[in-house]
Formats: sequence, C-alpha cells, structure tokens
Amino acid sequence: MPSVQDWINSPLGAVDALFAQNSSRSDWERKIVEYFKEKLKVNDAQSWVPSLNDVPLHYLKPNSLVKFRCMIQDMFDPEFFMGVYETVDPSTNSKVLRCGKYKDVTDCGQIDFNSKNAVTSERQTFYCVPIPGESQWYSFAGSSQARVVPSTSYTPNRHKRSYEEDDDMDTQPQQDKENTDSKRLETEAPSHNASPSHCSSNLDLNFPLPGERGPACLVKVYEEWDGFKLNDMLEVFGILSVDPALSLIAEDKEASSMLDPTESMETMEEQRAHSPPASLVPRIHMLYAQPLQHNNPLLPSAVSEDKAAFLNGILGELASVRAELQTYLTHVFLGDSLAAEYLILNLISSVYARRDVLPLGKFALNISGCPHTSPYTEHLYQAIQQLVPSSYRLCMSLNNMNSQRMVPRKDYTANRLVSGTLQLASNTSLFLDETQLEQGQLDTTGVQNITALGNLISWQKVDYDFNYHQMEFPCNINVLIASEGRSLLPCDCQVHLCPALNPPNLEEYLKTIQLAQVSSQLNKYRIYLSVARSLDYSISDQMTKEVEEDFVEMRKDDPQSVSAEDLHRMLIVARLLSLSYGQTSLSRENWMKAKQMELVRISRTQQQKCVNGNEP
Amino acid sequence: MSSPSSSARKRGRSSNPPTPGSEDVLSPSPRAREPSTGELQPMPTSPGTDLQSPAVQDTSLFSSPMPRRSVPQSEVDMSSPLIYDTPSRGTPARQRPDLGSVRKAPQVDLNSDTPSGEAAVASEQAAGQRLVIWGTDVNVGTCKEKFQRFLQRFIDPESREDENASLDLNEPLYLQKLDEISVVGDPVLNVNCSHIQAFDADLYRQLISYPQEVIPTFDMSVNELFFDRFPDSVLEHQIQVRPYNALKTRNMRSLNPEDIDQLITISGMVIRTSQLIPEMQEAFFRCQVCAFSTRVEVDRGRIAEPAVCRHCNTTHSLALVHNRSVFSDKQMIKLQESPEDMPAGQTPHTTVVYAHNDLVDKVQPGDRVNITGIYRAAPMRVNPRQSQVKSVYKTHIDAIHFRKTDERRLHGLDEENEQKLFTEERVATLKELAAKPDVYERLSSALAPSIYEHEDIKKGILLQLFGGTRKDFSQTGRGNFRAEVNILLCGDPGTSKSQLLQYVFNLVPRGQYTSGKGSSAVGLTAYVMKDPETRQLVLQTGALVLSDNGICCIDEFDKMSDSTRSVLHEVMEQQTLSIAKAGIICQLNARTSILAAANPVESQWNPKKTTIENIQLPHTLLSRFDLIFLMLDPQDEAYDRRLAHHLVALYYQSEEQIVEEYLDMAVLKDYIAYARTYINPRLSEEASQALIEAYVDMRKIGSGRGMVSAYPRQLESLIRLAEAHAKVRFSDKVETIDVEEAKRLHREALKQSATDPRTGFVDISILTTGMSATARKRKEEVAQALKKLIQSKGKTPAMKYQQLFDDLRGQSEAAITKDMFDEALRALADEDYLTVTGKTVRLL
Repeated sequence: MPSVQDWINSPLGAVDALFAQNSSRSDWERKIVEYFKEKLKVNDAQSWVPSLNDVPLHYLKPNSLVKFRCMIQDMFDPEFFMGVYETVDPSTNSKVLRCGKYKDVTDCGQIDFNSKNAVTSERQTFYCVPIPGESQWYSFAGSSQARVVPSTSYTPNRHKRSYEEDDDMDTQPQQDKENTDSKRLETEAPSHNASPSHCSSNLDLNFPLPGERGPACLVKVYEEWDGFKLNDMLEVFGILSVDPALSLIAEDKEASSMLDPTESMETMEEQRAHSPPASLVPRIHMLYAQPLQHNNPLLPSAVSEDKAAFLNGILGELASVRAELQTYLTHVFLGDSLAAEYLILNLISSVYARRDVLPLGKFALNISGCPHTSPYTEHLYQAIQQLVPSSYRLCMSLNNMNSQRMVPRKDYTANRLVSGTLQLASNTSLFLDETQLEQGQLDTTGVQNITALGNLISWQKVDYDFNYHQMEFPCNINVLIASEGRSLLPCDCQVHLCPALNPPNLEEYLKTIQLAQVSSQLNKYRIYLSVARSLDYSISDQMTKEVEEDFVEMRKDDPQSVSAEDLHRMLIVARLLSLSYGQTSLSRENWMKAKQMELVRISRTQQQKCVNGNEP
Repeated sequence: MSSPSSSARKRGRSSNPPTPGSEDVLSPSPRAREPSTGELQPMPTSPGTDLQSPAVQDTSLFSSPMPRRSVPQSEVDMSSPLIYDTPSRGTPARQRPDLGSVRKAPQVDLNSDTPSGEAAVASEQAAGQRLVIWGTDVNVGTCKEKFQRFLQRFIDPESREDENASLDLNEPLYLQKLDEISVVGDPVLNVNCSHIQAFDADLYRQLISYPQEVIPTFDMSVNELFFDRFPDSVLEHQIQVRPYNALKTRNMRSLNPEDIDQLITISGMVIRTSQLIPEMQEAFFRCQVCAFSTRVEVDRGRIAEPAVCRHCNTTHSLALVHNRSVFSDKQMIKLQESPEDMPAGQTPHTTVVYAHNDLVDKVQPGDRVNITGIYRAAPMRVNPRQSQVKSVYKTHIDAIHFRKTDERRLHGLDEENEQKLFTEERVATLKELAAKPDVYERLSSALAPSIYEHEDIKKGILLQLFGGTRKDFSQTGRGNFRAEVNILLCGDPGTSKSQLLQYVFNLVPRGQYTSGKGSSAVGLTAYVMKDPETRQLVLQTGALVLSDNGICCIDEFDKMSDSTRSVLHEVMEQQTLSIAKAGIICQLNARTSILAAANPVESQWNPKKTTIENIQLPHTLLSRFDLIFLMLDPQDEAYDRRLAHHLVALYYQSEEQIVEEYLDMAVLKDYIAYARTYINPRLSEEASQALIEAYVDMRKIGSGRGMVSAYPRQLESLIRLAEAHAKVRFSDKVETIDVEEAKRLHREALKQSATDPRTGFVDISILTTGMSATARKRKEEVAQALKKLIQSKGKTPAMKYQQLFDDLRGQSEAAITKDMFDEALRALADEDYLTVTGKTVRLL
C-alpha cells in the first residue's frame, strides 16, 4: 500500500501539497484536516499508525504520522505562529508562499516578514503524559496490531546501533546533514551547560505517579482547543517533530541574551519546562484527536455503530461473566462473597452527574478487617490491577503521607503545573492501603494530603494549588480503601471482611488463584467491567413509588435505623447492582437484593463494633 | 497606491498618497519613521497581518514617535506631523518606551531588500492640507484638535469613580485634572477611554487601532493645552497621557492575533515580577584621546557606536561610559488570568507584561490588576547565527496603565463594586425576579436544591448571603457595626450539614471552607513566615482574613481546640483580627460571616439537654451567632415519603430536568452579588417601631418569669436580618414585612435552640449564660441545702466527701447527682465557706 506509506511516513508532504493546491482558498486548513480524517477512517487505518506508547521514540521517523494515547497534564499558554509565510530566495529573488502549520521551525530561505500574504495564527500547547497508572496488560492486549506493521523505516543495522548507544543519544533522524549537525551539538552540549539539571535523567517529566515511565509529549493543537480539559484522555494523531533545533534554544540562550536583554526574561526553569529537549519530550502537531471515554483497549473506543453491535454481542453473556468474576473475587477475598459483590460494584461505579456540589454515582468502598501482617493487600491490589485498565496503589504509610506530593501545584518560576499523585484520569482505580499506616505524627503536608484524599472521596474533586488561590478540578476516581479497622477517611460504604477459609500459606494460595485465571478469562472480565460501567440507567415511576413505600415502612419500625444517608446508599447500591447484571432499569428483585446486601453488611459492621468495643 | 512597493516609497515622494480611511486601511504596509540619519534599516518586528482583518495594521515600525532632542529636524520633516515642539518652556520630554520606541534588535534579513525601511511618515492628500500618518487614517492635526476639544469640554455627570471624589462633576473633568497636575506636579494624565468613546467615537477607534501614533499626539495636545493654561508651572517632564479602560475589559483568553499592536485592557492577577532591568536609552561615549564626549541614542535596541571621534578624528577611540549613559527602568511582570474568568477544567493562561519607568514596581505578586497596554508580538530565532526562524512569535504587552482592582478595599467600600459588572439585560432579569412577590421563597428553594426541606435554615443562610447594611459609628466611638450574619447549624450527624456548607462555599466568590479538626488558630487568622525567596518575614493570611467580605464555612466547629475558638470571639463581633507576633503588630479586617456546623457531643442529639450541653461550646461564642439552627431528623411519615421521593428523583432525573426545575446557580450568584453591591437598605419609621416593639415583647416574655429573655445583641440580630430581607427584595427601605420575617426566623431559630428541655420555655439565657434560669435556681437551692446540712452537723472542721454526699442525698427529696453535689461544693468554696482537698471537706 504505497499511498498509506506516503501519508503516514511523510504527512508534511501531503500537507504542503494540499496547501499548494488550495492556498488561494480560505478553507485550506479545513481541507488538510479533512484529508487526514478521511484517511484515518478507512477500516483499520488507525492501527497502521505507529503508536508512541509502544514504539520507542528513536525507532520512529521524524515528521511522520504517529498516534499517542495520553492524558493532558498541563496546558501552556497559546502561542502565535506564522500560519502562512513567504520566503525569498536571495539568488533569484523569487518568492514562495509556504505553510507554517504543523511545524516548529520554518523551512528555508529568508523570510519576508512584511509580506502581505503572511497570516499569523494561534495554536495551543498541551503537555501530555501517558495515562497514569495504566496497567501492564495493556500493552499486550491492545496494541498488537500496530506492532505488526513495520512502523518506520528503521533498518536492522540501525537497530543494532541503537542498542549499543545511549538511548538518549540516538534520537536523531537519519538524514545525514542533520545527523552530523546534531552530533556536533551533542558533543558540545555538556561543556556548554555544566548544571546537573541539564542531564536528561534529571529532567523532571512531571508524571503524576512516581516511578512512571514513558514518553511525555508537547501536543500542539491547532483548532478547538477550548473543548479540551485538563486530565482528559485523548488519542492524538499528529506529526512527530523531534527537530534538534528545538532543544537548542535553551543552550543558546546565554549567547543570544547578550545580544538581546529583552529575550532573557524567561527563567531557566521556565525554559526547561516549556522547551525541553525534543529527544526526551517530542512535539506532536495534532491533526486529529479522539477523546477517550475509557482506556480499555479491548473495547472499541469511539462512539459508533460497531460499538452498539459490540455491546449487543456482549450483553448476552454479561450475567455468566459476572458469576465467574464473582467466584474469582470470592476466592481472592478468602471466600467472602459479600465483599466480592461490593468490589464489583466499586469497580463499575462512575460519577454520572453532579447536583450542585454533590457527585452522584460515586461509590468509595472501605474493606476493613484486612490482615495486617501478611502482604494480603498487595495481592488484592494485583488482582484488581489485572482487571482495570488503570490503577494506582497508594500506601498510606506515614512517610508517604508526609512526603508525597498529592495535590498538583502551580510552579510559577517554571510556569507549569507540577503534578501530584491525585492528578488521575477518569475511572482510575485508586487503591488506598491503610494497613501500612503506623503510629506517628502527620506534619503539615500530611494533614493536607489527608484532607485532599477526604475531599476526593466525598466530593470527587481535587483543589489544585495555584499558590494565590485554589482551583477546583472535578474528577472521577474509584476509591477502594483497605484497612484493619474502620478507615480514617470518609467513605460511602464499609464492608468488614469475613474470611471463610484460612489457608495455611496465604501467599501461596493467592498466587495460585491468580495463576489459575487464563488471560482470555481475564479479558472477559475486563470487557465486562468497562461495559457495565458505561450502561445507562433509569428508575420507573412504579419503582419510585415502591422505594418510597419501602423507606417509609423501614422508618416506621425504627426511625434511627435508616437515615436519608442510608437511602442514598441503598439507591446507589441498587443502581450499581442493576448495571452489574446488565439491566438498565431498576427491578424489584434488584431493589430487594440491594436491601438485603446492605442489611448483611450493616449487621457485620455492628458485630465488629461489639467485638472491638472501641467504636463510639 | 494599492500596495506600497519599494519604488513608491522613496523618501519625500508623496505624489500618490493613500486615501485615509478607505484604501489605506486595506494596505497593510508597515510604516516606519526613519530618523533622517537613517543608516539603520529598521526591521519590522511584528508579524504580518491576517488578511481577513483589514483593521489590523502592521504598525510596529513606528519606532519612536516622541520628539527627541537628538533627532535632527531636517528636510521633509518640517511638514511631518510628529516632529512637534510643544510650547513646553524647557520642560524636557521623556521617552515613552511603553509606546515602543525601544525595540528589539532586527531579527532577520539585514541584507535583504526591505522596502519598508524608507517609509514616509506622512503623505499629503491631494485635496489639501490633510496629512495622515502612513498606514493609518490618523491626521495629526485633527486628532490633536479633537483631543483638546475633548479635554476642554468633556463632562461626566455621573462619575462614580472614587478618584474623582474631590472634583466638581459639572465642570470639564479633565481640565480639573490638569489643574491638579499643576498643583501636585505629577505629570501623568489618566484618561478613561470610555469617556473618549462617549465624546467622539471616531477618535476612540483611532486610539484603539493605532495607539502608537495616537497617544503621542494626545501627549502633544495635552502639553500645549497645559502650558497654555499654566505657563509658569514646572514639571519633571512633559505630561504623558495614559489611557485606560479600553473597550470592555477583556479576558486574557480572548486575545488573538488580531489584537496585535492594538490598545487593549485585560484583567488578571500578578504572579511574578522580575528585578528591575536598566535599559539604556542614551549611550555616552568619550574619546580616549581627547576626552571629547558624545551621546548616541539607542535605536530599537541598538547603539550605533561612532567610529570616528569628531573632535580629534582618531578612529575607534570612543569608549562607552556606563555611568553617564541614560537608562530607563523596565520590569517584566507575569500576569495570570483571574480564577473567575477561567472556564472549568482548564488551567489559567499567563501573559508577559513589560512595565516601564514609573510603572515599575507599581504592582506586587498577588495583586489583581487591570492592565491597559499595547499588545506586541515578535518572532523568535532558533539561533542567532542561523537564518532558521522558529515559527513562533513571542508576545507581550507594553503596559501603559495599571489599575488595581482591589484597591478600593482601602476605602472600605464593597469591593465587588464594579468588579462584577452586569450587563443591562442581566440587571433587567434580576429586577424582574426581584419584583416577584415570592422571590424570597424562590431564592431559598434554589439554594442547595439537593438538600431536602429545612426551609427555615435555607432562608437563614439566604439572609446571611445577603448580609445587613454596613454602618459606621466610629465617630461616636463604637466603630463599625457588624453587618454580617453568623449562623450555627447543629444536629445529628448525617443531616447534610457539610453539604450545605460546601454549597455555600461554592456559591460565594470569597468563600473559605475549613474544618475545625484540621485548622489551627494560626490557620484561621494569620501567621508569620519566612519567604523562601527574599528571606524576609511575611504575613500569611489565614482563612478568616481571606474570606473578608465573604463567608467562612467552618465544619466540625465543636472539634476545634479552645485556643482556636478564642480567636473567633474578636472576629465575630468586632470583625477585625489583631495580630502581635514576630515583631508584626497589626489589625486586619475580617468582615466575614461565619457559617459553622457542629455535631452533638454524644454523636446523637439528646433532646433532654440544652443546646449548650449538647454541643459543649462556650456560651460567649454561641451568643455571637445570630441564628442557631438545629438540623434534626424529623421522624414523621409524610416527611419520610417526600424525602424518599426527592432522593429517588435525584438518581434518575436527567440533567435537563434538573435545570428546568430550579433557578440557575449562576442567576442566584448574580442576584446576590448585585444586591450586595447596589442595595443598602435603611430602616423606615414603621420598621423601627416594629423592631422596638418586637424587642420589648421579647424582654416582656422573660420578665414575666423572672428572667431576661433578650439582650441588645438580639436586637442587633433582628435589625441585620430585617435589612438582609429588604435586600432580597431589592428594596432600599426596611419595611414592616422585613421585620416580621426577621422576627419569625429569629423566633424559629430560638425555639429550636434555646428551649429549656426541663420547662419547655424558650429561654435566651441558655445561649447567653450557658444555663437556663431554672437550672441556675436549682443549683442555688442545692448549695443552700448543703450549707444547711453542714451547719446542722455542728463544729466539725473536716468531713468525708463521700459521707457528705450520701447525707445530702438522703436528706433531699429530689435526686441529686454527683455533678450537682460537686457544683454545690464549688459554689460554697467560692463563698469561702469551705475548701475541698482530695476526699475531705474542711470548713474555714
């Protein structure tokens, strides 16, 4: 397919050709976007595009079309650039009109700044990171197709070389001219800049979670950037730009600032944050972006007809998959089927609306009674990690609470948003491990972190710290707290774990359970959870009546036993329970079942209180 | 001359002049005024313009419109409109770097053919003497004339600005300002663009589109006028005109390429200011050989170093003498979008602003400002040694005028004034809403619709949001009267108290939300800390100060430590905060309303106990709350049914239905902001009578049973509530109905919180003294009985504690608890009748 190779390998050529054809017309910009959209629509064309998530950067050809699945971590200021400019050839004095879109640096020749044909345009830069906490199984499941395609023209020879050399050194394009050029610069660079921060390893790529790896990207957005929000998940299709000239800017600053005092206004930190070396943080000039509702690779991402078909196919076997998943989780919970039920509800919960400040649909679950000594929580987390597309385990050890930066903070010297653990994409499973908590004192940061976690759970929002003020960012995170006693954080629902069996070797036992699950089985669960979450839900008038009756009845017997809060919880449990069976409206049975589950759960908690005797 | 080509632009030819206003606008030709020495080819530094927007002109080349002494006035320039010599009698002109006379070095194409270099300044119109500046439709003469006319004639009858306070509104405004300048000697004239717009729309348009040309013209014009009127006055330099309030104040987000080189006003918050940067304006050279000195002016960021000494003809003998060169101040300021302007879910944008000369250090990080200035863009080079250019422009704003938005707070006025500007339609909608008879009910039901019922509490909070009228009695020695209403909610856990607090916090612009558990006294008031950058001690304000003019929501009020609570005493009545720490002694304003929520000590509300006993708060604090509400579970079937319906609806209604059903939160916000800003109700005659009656009635109820049931504090509360209710109606007068509602609400709250559980009567002393009158009576009785008992025992100097207790219990007919016994002992100890040491009681 030569044509495919063409628009994937040198999209700029296509852009220039289209521009040359249509430059006289005002809608050339739209033409270009449409051209690529059209190309990407063709059956599985999207999978032909190499993905920055899977293919190491130095295997990708510069200025080729790539895709990147990411989360918007920060938004920089909009910038003005030369949308159309005219170059003058000094020898012939002929002028050529060029398109400046999708490029970082102007091509060649002298630029006529006074050309009346020049157009100044505006674009926005987003700093994007891979979706935080993306599970390991992701890369095996989703992107197999893209790997089949030889994504770039790298040769085996080159391949070998890149293993020998330092990874960071080997990001240069193949063109000879540029290669030598950059070589020279590389050797120069260290002597130029002795500050340790220049070292690539020290460059903070600003990932929300500690220990994350992956490429961060500066995505240049050319249209409708107002539609994007911070923490949105996107699949970006765009032109990769790793022009070494970009990373040069910071180094040459000293030289140029001598000439021009007005340009030295940006601090070094800001320089580093906003124009990091292109070899580490490549630029992507966005042609087209798909907002992702979920990041489950097993499901079609776009809202389309085939999705509806896909759903119909799935719905039939939902019930059976649910039963299997329930059994599996029961094993994980050492035979506690109730805890397994509630965990399913937690995994498919999602904030679907907000009434003034109240988020509806969240279901933060507290599993209390987790064994403290054994690494049980770790295994529990691993089991969950196997099921959801993105997750994070936060050990609430004293050290962690006091030292970790959870709330994102604006750094005004570098002019960027410094990320924190709580900057997560929608529907990430946050696993709070409270069993790690030990005695000691929380310092200021610790208290702030606890408050932030509390806010996250109760209101599903995080107040980002902008130094002079705080800004509220709504989020949608499924919180699961594992603790010994009742959690110190507020949560919607507490289930006390009642293990039915006590295997002599817990670790061994849990390992065997997890190994017993074949990957096709796990895939089924994964699909099931994502589908159940996305279903619609309603309550019929008749059911409304019945619920009302029920509530009044319950209050009659003992007004203390059921409060408005309990009703809230029962309604949400009923909702999630219905969805977990693939039913889109509340039925009588499910309502009764929800009530029953709540009763068992509450009686367990009360028993626990009696045993401990230290609860108020 | 449709598009200026290089050949048509040689010096001095004005044979084919552009027609002002029409075609000229369409030809985006860069203009430059070349000093006649012109060896330097000025480089355009602004980007080319968008063809779709003919109004945008590439004006960047207009390098230095101000007269300079060093510019030789030669040949053509005699007719040039911009080489003007104002009758300044020796008052030196001052450069205006803010208008772009200082430009960056040429970026590109030093050797290429740049036709613009020779641009003519003005061209003559065939019709006669009309001269316009190249590329614009500005005729200097007309422009000057118009502006002078504006200065001489403009009267602003409805001036509301505080800075015009001392001026006569019926005299021409700006002539008075000129008078002021002659007296004060500060040679800056601030001109409100909206005044110009009202006076002459065309002049205004020119000002906005070609600020770089028009403002110097204004300068010239104003100086002529000034020195005409005050020929003897001595100023530091010539008067500079500083326009402000261009267009409507714009959002940073709405800036786009079309605004380049135009006059704009944007609002934002200063986040960083740079050090002062000295920028050379005039270089001083001295010959090493003969000590001859010469001055060279900096042109667009470059100094043309003279190669040959004019005096001794030695080549390359001139050296720059730094400390005799002239520098001007420059400062970089980073401005960030104010949080209100931001769409949800996005991060704020920032812009770079350059301040020049006396505007340097006018603003500090954290200030909210409106900046008027010229928007600039310049291309960036990848490498100065390469021709490749990064296709991105750097943008900044050259500030001409700063206006701090929160400066007015110094005047003690409502600072939301003007900050929140309402469109006329909005005001009309709000007024229409206010005219409805049931507006009070409507608004209260729009408050936190997800929380069910609790109508009276919502009404109370609504009144709190509006607040009373601020009164100043400082002249009679009582200082400010509190206008803010404080509310305490207490009740069972899980009755959505926190949710109400969260809602209020989200509704008001200056809300703070803290939790009693998590906040310390320091966090609430202010603390002194070392600034990590400057290493100086700085005062960091806490939640109470931050919510000045807003509402401070304190959750879990009961969990607060005593020291923290004690801070609140001052805030809740005097509305100030006194701080004395680390050498900083000051009093900060904390005119905040407090909305607090407290849980009962026993986790469930005990109806057999008083409010004080239930929440264990000091009565001194409780009496400072205007309204104390109990949020209890009503336990009633009909209520349950409605509640259930409400909750279920919450879980299946779609978003649209929700919107239909309730008043928009945004409308509510505006309504409150409008009322707080513009409505200041005063008591009418009848209303004061009604208030007096109400107060007398309240006192009467108590006196019948031998106790005081109302204190002046309650009267003040009533007045505040009545005023707030009048505000809800957008009424400038407090009427009887307002008093009625205030009375009703106050009574409701009292009924809930100040009912003596033993007698069932409303007893205000529960809140004011912490104990109901009957309880106090009983306490005295027990003490007397104990005293009698001891006296009856005769002369025993010491007694066993336990035995005495048993004796008293045996003797008394009413049950006596240990607490009561202890209290009685303490009372007697206070009378110096006995002392208690350990387990023995000794008589004295």
